[in-house]
Amino acid sequence: MKSLSEIETTSKRASRALGYSWGISEEVGKSVRLLEMFNFEGIKNLNEYLNEKKDKKFENLNLINENNECSEFSYCPIILGVSFLDQIEKIEKIKTINFSKIAYPLLFLPFLSRSSEVIGKKIFFKFEKNEFLLNINVNISTNLLNKNCPNIANNVEVKILENNDNFTEQDWKSLYQLSEKTFVEETESLKKGAAGAGLTDND
Amino acid sequence: MKVELRDPNIIMKLSRLGSFHQSKLSFLRSFLDEFKDWEYNRDLFNLDPGGYGVAIYSFKKDKRVYSLVCFANKIDDNDRSDRVIATKWDAAFTLHDGVPSKKDIERLKNEVPRQEVGRLSYKELTLSRANKSVRVFNHVVEKLSEGNQPDLDLLEKVGYLYRTTAVYGSGKFGLADRFRIKNRAEINGPFRLEMMLVYLVRQFTFDQVNHVAKHKNPEKAVNLDKKICRNLGIGNSTGLGMAPFIVNHPTLLNNWILSREIALKEIREIKNVNSKDADLFKKCVKDSLKNITSWNSESEFQIKKINSLLFNVKKFLEFIENQLDFSTPYPFNQIYLWLEKETCEETIEYIVSMMMEPFDKIVQPLIKKMSSDEEKYFRIPTERTVLDLKNILKQRYPDILKMDFKDKSNLRNFWFISKNKEEPRYADRFEEGGAELEQPLAIARDIKKLNDQLISCKDDLTIDRFLMNNADLRHVVRRAFIVEKFPYAEIQDNTINENVVPIDMLRLKLSFFGALKFDPKSDKWLRICMFQGAPLPHELKDYNQHWVYR
Repeated sequence: MKSLSEIETTSKRASRALGYSWGISEEVGKSVRLLEMFNFEGIKNLNEYLNEKKDKKFENLNLINENNECSEFSYCPIILGVSFLDQIEKIEKIKTINFSKIAYPLLFLPFLSRSSEVIGKKIFFKFEKNEFLLNINVNISTNLLNKNCPNIANNVEVKILENNDNFTEQDWKSLYQLSEKTFVEETESLKKGAAGAGLTDND
Repeated sequence: MKVELRDPNIIMKLSRLGSFHQSKLSFLRSFLDEFKDWEYNRDLFNLDPGGYGVAIYSFKKDKRVYSLVCFANKIDDNDRSDRVIATKWDAAFTLHDGVPSKKDIERLKNEVPRQEVGRLSYKELTLSRANKSVRVFNHVVEKLSEGNQPDLDLLEKVGYLYRTTAVYGSGKFGLADRFRIKNRAEINGPFRLEMMLVYLVRQFTFDQVNHVAKHKNPEKAVNLDKKICRNLGIGNSTGLGMAPFIVNHPTLLNNWILSREIALKEIREIKNVNSKDADLFKKCVKDSLKNITSWNSESEFQIKKINSLLFNVKKFLEFIENQLDFSTPYPFNQIYLWLEKETCEETIEYIVSMMMEPFDKIVQPLIKKMSSDEEKYFRIPTERTVLDLKNILKQRYPDILKMDFKDKSNLRNFWFISKNKEEPRYADRFEEGGAELEQPLAIARDIKKLNDQLISCKDDLTIDRFLMNNADLRHVVRRAFIVEKFPYAEIQDNTINENVVPIDMLRLKLSFFGALKFDPKSDKWLRICMFQGAPLPHELKDYNQHWVYR
């Protein structure tokens, strides 16, 4: 078994070897480490992408807008990921961002995951039938677990989710009522004597 | 009275860092302190008459067990090399997490002696190998087998029976990643498990030498005297492999140096020093003369430093005996100011280390702050502006910004990773090939380049926009924002200058390990000794904390 430290170092060096700057390569190292830690095929995808990159072109998207159409080639998931992470505080205001085509979308995931942590909001990532929920960099939920992630993602949608409850008010009320069964009904005497504060508020 | 922390722009110069000495903050000393009440055992000692075979040593407390698994092998004298390119060693070791099963031992037997080409598992924490000092080992065997103790002069000159040539941890070659164990209270300090490995290896060397002598002459052989054992440590040969570590772990480096600086500041701020503490300090300085006079080196560079240190420490002793009155306010501040005025970097740092000896209350809480969760500081705050970055560079890199990198001498060298051993190396970029594969360790040059690039940018430009067109500077933008928060995170020198002495970087790290008797063999590698004078495992329950100076 390879350690995460080996995974990070080797991914960083391999990315550098393919021409990414050291700073970007450091980001790749952290990202692949994260993917492998969350049990996604980070090494496999990076290896395939870097090998493909030797003789195939990809587009670098530096400035992210609401709708991002690549002109000829699919977006490089690494430069796109770094741009997304760097601009997340501006992107947050857009709420829903669309990308026409991203190569090796799995490699884009860790950047979304880290972005989710930066803004303290969940991020939803969807292309075709594949869905991912990036949860404040604590975990990534997906309907794609244990399946190969496609090498190309078309019509990608990234949504910044607002921090809303994940349950109905009715469910909450019902649960709250149960929790109340741990409380003691206060008598007049308890109201006066048991609080310890608030009796002389108007001193 | 408030004393300022020392200026990073002075302290983080390589010549100063290369003058650091071990102290109470050093990892081998804090390791001994942490594990002093653990149960020590020799669980297995299955060596043949020649001393080859398997041995296991452990530290145990409650349900936690750490086991050192040792494999001693017979090798040809021609195969014995301290260089990292070696493939065979007299002994190889791993620290196993828990009690190794028979299956584990069989697995390790195949992997550990192969070192870098072997594979370890998450159950192993550290990995190392060591070579005998054949001259000393054979002499000791010879003498013990005749019923005599060895020649103390020879032992003092060398200081150890074995020297390690590498100690690996933190995920290398399949070893456990740091995150798996970082929450264990007993290893809340850097390199604690590496220190445990070296300490237990030291005991193995004594047991092995006794064992071989006994088998050589069962009738007459005696064991190596405990006092002699105590005065032997474990040698270590260290090359450039260690140097990039301190550049690649800026927040960790900061926390080591900052702890030392806070300790010094707080000691200088003590208004009244009681006579017990003053006497202890004076005793340590006096006793330490022995450490200097027994510090052997053939390096002209080091001999000069040792002679100057000896001269200055004697001068300092004269000062504290005849001029300084410890009952006057702030005596350690007076001492520090005197050192700055009257001595050299080597002496200043030597005495600073010793100032900590009486002050456990100051030192102990700092030991707990010497680790770092580096991931927390990895993200670049891209919402900040170019003006912020310009100010950081101006404030944190004042001397580096004055350097001229058009001058070839400032660019002379480059750091790279060798293909055959995957180890860091250092070479002349104008003489050797490979500079295009340079590692990102020329921080001064790249910071200067960043500064030049920033000059033409608008102050209110945000960093995310700046990075769009300057991806090649991303690694130093990240560093600058780290250094903003961690002032001692950066070496304030040019690590590729033609006059740089790489062993200064090694010595900095080794001083925090707790190494003694730095002995440079060139400007790129040195030998040191660890645990010399340290208590033996069975003495740990009650030992003198100031053993370094006895």
